[in-house]
Amino acid sequence: MNGTEEFVIEAERYEFFESLPYNFAVDRREFFKRLGCGLVVLCVAMPALAQESGGPRRRGGRGGAIPADINAWLHIGENGMVTVFTGKAELGQNIRTSLTQAVAEELRAPLASIKMVMADTHLTPFDMGTFGSQTTPQMASRLHKIGAAAREALLDLAADHFKTDRATLVLSNGKISKAGGPESITVGELTKGQKLVKSVTHEGSVTPATDWKIAGTSVAKTDGRDFVTGNHKYSSDTTLPGMLHGRVLRPTAFHASLASVGTTAAEAMPGVKVVRDGDFVGVTAPDVLGAEHAVEAIQAKWTASPQPSGAELFDYLRKNASGDGDRRGEGGNDGSTEDGLNAASHKLQATYTIAYIAHTPLEPRAAAASWDGGKLTVWTGSQRPFGVRSELADAFGIPLESVRVIVPDTGAGYGGKHTGEAAIEAARLARAAGKPVKLVWTRQEEFTWAYFRPAGVIDVTAGVRDDGTITAWEFHNYNSGGSGIRSPYDIPNHKVESHGSKSPLRQGSYRALASTANHFARESHMDDLAAAVKMNPLDFRLKNLKDPRLRAILEAAAEAFGWRAAKSGSGRGLGLAAGTEKGSYIATCAEVLADKDSGSVKVIRAVSAFDCGAIVNPNHLKNQVEGALVMGLGGALFEAIEFENGMITNSLLSEYRVPRFSDVPKIEVVLIDRKDIASAGAGETPIVCIAPAIGNAIFNAANIRLRSMPMVPDGLKS
Amino acid sequence: MPKVSEMNVNGKDAPIDAEGERTLLSVLRDDLGLTGAKYGCGEGRCGACTVLLDGASVRSCQVPVGSVGLRKVLTIESLERDGKLHPLQQAFLNHDAFQCGYCTSGMIMSGVALLRKRKDLSEAEIVRFMDGNVCRCGTYQRIIAAIKEAARNVPGGAK
Repeated sequence: MNGTEEFVIEAERYEFFESLPYNFAVDRREFFKRLGCGLVVLCVAMPALAQESGGPRRRGGRGGAIPADINAWLHIGENGMVTVFTGKAELGQNIRTSLTQAVAEELRAPLASIKMVMADTHLTPFDMGTFGSQTTPQMASRLHKIGAAAREALLDLAADHFKTDRATLVLSNGKISKAGGPESITVGELTKGQKLVKSVTHEGSVTPATDWKIAGTSVAKTDGRDFVTGNHKYSSDTTLPGMLHGRVLRPTAFHASLASVGTTAAEAMPGVKVVRDGDFVGVTAPDVLGAEHAVEAIQAKWTASPQPSGAELFDYLRKNASGDGDRRGEGGNDGSTEDGLNAASHKLQATYTIAYIAHTPLEPRAAAASWDGGKLTVWTGSQRPFGVRSELADAFGIPLESVRVIVPDTGAGYGGKHTGEAAIEAARLARAAGKPVKLVWTRQEEFTWAYFRPAGVIDVTAGVRDDGTITAWEFHNYNSGGSGIRSPYDIPNHKVESHGSKSPLRQGSYRALASTANHFARESHMDDLAAAVKMNPLDFRLKNLKDPRLRAILEAAAEAFGWRAAKSGSGRGLGLAAGTEKGSYIATCAEVLADKDSGSVKVIRAVSAFDCGAIVNPNHLKNQVEGALVMGLGGALFEAIEFENGMITNSLLSEYRVPRFSDVPKIEVVLIDRKDIASAGAGETPIVCIAPAIGNAIFNAANIRLRSMPMVPDGLKS
Repeated sequence: MPKVSEMNVNGKDAPIDAEGERTLLSVLRDDLGLTGAKYGCGEGRCGACTVLLDGASVRSCQVPVGSVGLRKVLTIESLERDGKLHPLQQAFLNHDAFQCGYCTSGMIMSGVALLRKRKDLSEAEIVRFMDGNVCRCGTYQRIIAAIKEAARNVPGGAK
């Protein structure tokens, strides 16, 4: 077997790329033909900047003229409506709203006058994908810049119109007026008959957060009504004329190949067509049940090799670890851990393990595909519309220009929808059927054939002096990754390394990547060190911590929780954890009831303090933090993918437990608004501290240290 | 199971032509274009497909359309009347009780079924009734707040 040599998504890889070169032909006529007259403002990456930040794939050396790297643009029409184009995808992070706020802020325009066109490869500029908490720091700041440039262009037009100094003009609520006078002109009137194109670079000036009037406020989800009425169309809701329903025959094990297949019975079913192409076997039928029955009627024999099972997972990861240590520089090495350990009064060594878990987005992978001659259009839920376009072009050997991928606002991803399997399958079936085909993965398929958050083994060795000073820190992560692996504490002698390994299962990106695993190990170990020197876990952390933002967030969480005054005992435990990742800071306190006799563990309260710079939308940010805590609670307590010899053995929602209403503690979120610091993304980091906070609270309640995530899949055991 | 030729959906008799063993969910979505109810798990464990049958919530992915008979089917599409949202829909907006929104139709239909039974609800009762609905984005606390608010605002609601 080949393990995951064919590894499709390696999340960290993405974190280092600004953007791929996008060869966007700036054709003025095309813009205005499609959109009508008006003003167009483009955000263009500066060539020098693009080369610096483009990573190994930068386009320097490609020769020829440097194409315009457009990464967002907007159009203001003659009716005053603003249309903004970005390749980012909405999957529940509420970026459709936050990005609208950015443009509304700079254009001093009502939210309702702004329409976002997102994640459509024919309409929007190239975008690497929606991941890594990059939408706010990158795309929102670009939209601020093009909004500001549009505002300046409108003021220029108005100055011409009024034949006056532009300094006397005020733009507000879609109108420009002369200060102190009754005269005004609407934005639509100003752009009438114009065919103006402006471009800005990353260096344009924007409204400082301290002056924000629309950004920074809790505006409601811009299209919220469509969701509460059921009107919003997800890709799985797509209906096309003459559309058939597809289903794919799945192998009996990973990496299996098809030995023989009998399709006669399936093909005899009314309206059914069977498609075989190599190891791919799929069907189309007039309805979902017909497709299901047809697949069941196919007689297939698969050949598979023996594969590792869950019971041997952690040994396997350690055995297959690559010796090259830290591959990407997330770790660090300073001083001598040997000297540090020799100077310690207490030495603690422990191993932590992390199970594979499934993203379980409630909307499984889904796609509707339609061919028109050699041209393919696919509606699918994805975090990488342009990546899926490439996958489709490769799969069918057609040019990128012949493929259009449209991503309707999607039923979540959490890092789990980077790949386009359903899109390719639907397109393959549609080509054979000669009709549009929709394919919605079953939950079982999603649990089996998507990819998982990497499992991992983490070894930690640390030394501490009696006064609470940490003298040495050695940390090795096998397989789960390097995100958030660096300790934020000030430890003179440290060695921190991430080691790759061979993964028995297909693994990839997940909300916050390996940060959850690394924070779990680190913050659990910190608690054990505090216990060794009999210090309060809060004081112990503060003693070893200089970073002022992390100190502030830790103190804010502790204060809101009432850490100093809170009492534990008789099965009630308190725990805390802190960390930083992707430019934002989180601390979480948890209160649990843990009963050693019955084995029950119940998290009854969680308080998180969070600082991600200037807050764009306080209510939506709180919602993200709350959601991250709930999701993190699942991985902390009970979520785990089980597998045996190349097959997942808990591939139903009745077998894979996700957090439900009854699992959710009372959650309180404290936000620190740092208007002096650029906004960082916020969808990921708030997940990283809930697991160690719970683990530390269980330790506090029951004096049992749990070092495996999930911690209590079968209840608490003494 | 015999073919089904008619069903009462959202107050109207809808002519259909469906094999009786097909799921109510599939017929609503694929034949009648009512895509508010969602497929989430296919085994009645996530609640995304929830609709009302004679006022009680059911998981439409578990209901063969041939078993529906004369019972009245209500879907999320029926709640908005003359441009006015149902109090629970409005409460979901007021509390931002969703992120990706994929669970929302099912959450609201389950909540509506609960509010039809009782208006004076404790948090524990809401949790018990709603525990079969999954919000993977984790907005549970907001959904509870929305149901409590709607309980005060539906006709005859608790004060």
